Amino acid sequence: MNWHAIRAIYGFEMARFWRTSMQSILAPVISTSLYFVVFGAAIGSRVSAVDGVPYGLFIVPGLMMLALLTQSISNASFGIYFPRFAGTIYEILSAPISPAEVVVGYVGAAASKSILIGLIILATSALFVPLHIEHPVWMVAFLLLTAITFSLFGFVIGLWADGFEKLQLVPLLIVTPLTFLGGSFYAIEMLPPFWRAVSLFNPVVYLISAFRWAFFGKADVSLGLSVAMTCLFLALCLGLVTYIFRTGYRLKS
Amino acid sequence: MQPIIEIENLSKTYASGLAALSEVSLTIRRGEIFALLGPNGAGKSTLINVVCGIVTPTSGQVRANGHDIRADYRAARKAIGLVPQELTTDAFETVWDTVSFTRGLFGLRKDPAHIERVLRDLSLWEKRDSRIMTLSGGMKRRVLIAKALSHEPQILFLDEPTAGVDVALRQDMWRLVRRLRDQGVTVILTTHYIEEAEEMADRVGVIRGGRIILVEEKAELMRKLGRKQLTLQLQAPLAALPETLSGFELELADGGQELVYTYDTQGERTGITGLLTALSAAGIRFSDLHTSQSSLEDIFVDLVKERA
Ligand SMILES: Nc1ncnc2c1ncn2[C@@H]1O[C@H](COP(=O)(O)OP(=O)(O)OP(=O)(O)O)[C@@H](O)[C@H]1O
Ligand SMILES: [Mg+2]
Repeated sequence: MNWHAIRAIYGFEMARFWRTSMQSILAPVISTSLYFVVFGAAIGSRVSAVDGVPYGLFIVPGLMMLALLTQSISNASFGIYFPRFAGTIYEILSAPISPAEVVVGYVGAAASKSILIGLIILATSALFVPLHIEHPVWMVAFLLLTAITFSLFGFVIGLWADGFEKLQLVPLLIVTPLTFLGGSFYAIEMLPPFWRAVSLFNPVVYLISAFRWAFFGKADVSLGLSVAMTCLFLALCLGLVTYIFRTGYRLKS
Repeated sequence: MQPIIEIENLSKTYASGLAALSEVSLTIRRGEIFALLGPNGAGKSTLINVVCGIVTPTSGQVRANGHDIRADYRAARKAIGLVPQELTTDAFETVWDTVSFTRGLFGLRKDPAHIERVLRDLSLWEKRDSRIMTLSGGMKRRVLIAKALSHEPQILFLDEPTAGVDVALRQDMWRLVRRLRDQGVTVILTTHYIEEAEEMADRVGVIRGGRIILVEEKAELMRKLGRKQLTLQLQAPLAALPETLSGFELELADGGQELVYTYDTQGERTGITGLLTALSAAGIRFSDLHTSQSSLEDIFVDLVKERA
């Protein structure tokens, strides 16, 4: 293992995060606060409790997931797309590093950043609602699993994209809608039966459900199914990344 | 001594179907400065990029420092530093950070003393805390060189290191390359400035249309293919060469005002004494004379034209 290289890539990527720490940290704090003001206060005063959980508290896991998914994807896709775009990728390709080490460096950094942001959102939430986490170990486990899975997914997008539009297309057209429709702000049970059935095809439902279970001990779908779905997606992304590196797709001619 | 780079029957056909390299075989000796010359699109960068691991070869074998570049890529790449043709640098990072980053990528622990030496050698020390995007093009070029030297490679590839570089910096670079050679680093450079190859290289390779058409010691090449010419300015123009001079390789130029004598620098005798005697016997007087030697550039142009 070329640990120095992994550390170099990781450190390089994290440096960008700290360099722009105003945006990276302030933005999630502000948007979380806005969500609480708009959803928590305005809607929460009408919807008093979901499944026995006060609405303000109920949206915390969804908010964190929303940020975790979008941040993981955008950080990881940008992280690998930018050197391809700027041409500095030559350095990675000519260095004595294996594809696995490249992935660990980039995906590790992207996942770290999104986890940090998730935790910032959690801390911000604590200012608005009394937080209580039922299964903290599981909460952290899901946080890690989701961040890694979607950072890998973002990495794939960053390798596939051949322009900035494509880089934003997937997050914009697919991930954000899936997240909003995945029960970030409501329980799947609140939907009419037809839409409830449709929701089960949305992978994000499983993530949010599992995450919410870690917080409140209650879930929309069974925990085992959630874990299985997440692992399946993780395996899918890993397979894709392996395929890409094996064939040199979009990296080497 | 084992060669530092061995290339055997290397071919590269890009996805577009274009054969950029065809059955290239080339051996680079340890510690030499090798200049790879060739017109645009000849395949110089492709050759370098294959050796460095950036382009996947279609067929053939390459060993760098004794290690196969595919089977044993870690060991092979560790020995290599690359300065790419394109000015591709980071933008927001500082000079110090970007150079340290490369050293890390190559699996070496931090060594601020070495980085400082490299930056000082390249007159970048004052700029170490500047963001790269604030540097001029020539300085960015030096940053790329500093990155390539950050991991103390034994082989340095310079893909057109002096394109768009002013005279002072070019001479700085030549000095640097010689210093590296003195330290035992093998340097392979491509260039369009033939004077650069003439000035620096120990050996010269010429590539054209993806094939190596010649590899030769520079001195040998210039001796073998180089020709000398003696030009005589005549006092009175000649309409034709007198019969008595037919034994010499002579040409009339400038409407009969000049007599050009071409001779082989390799020859035992130049024949100049005989020519001058014959001239005075024929009553041909001259007012001035000068000699000239063909440059590597003339040789190169001849070579590339010849095979076209
Ligand atoms: N990624 C690529 N895909 C397809 N064709 C390519 C690619 N890179 C280079 N080529 C083609 O391969 C040939 C050799 O290119 P290469 O860059 O190796 O030439 P070069 O000798 O370095 O030229 P120059 O002096 O202009 O730098 C050219 O015809 C070029 O168009
Ligand atoms: Mg080139």
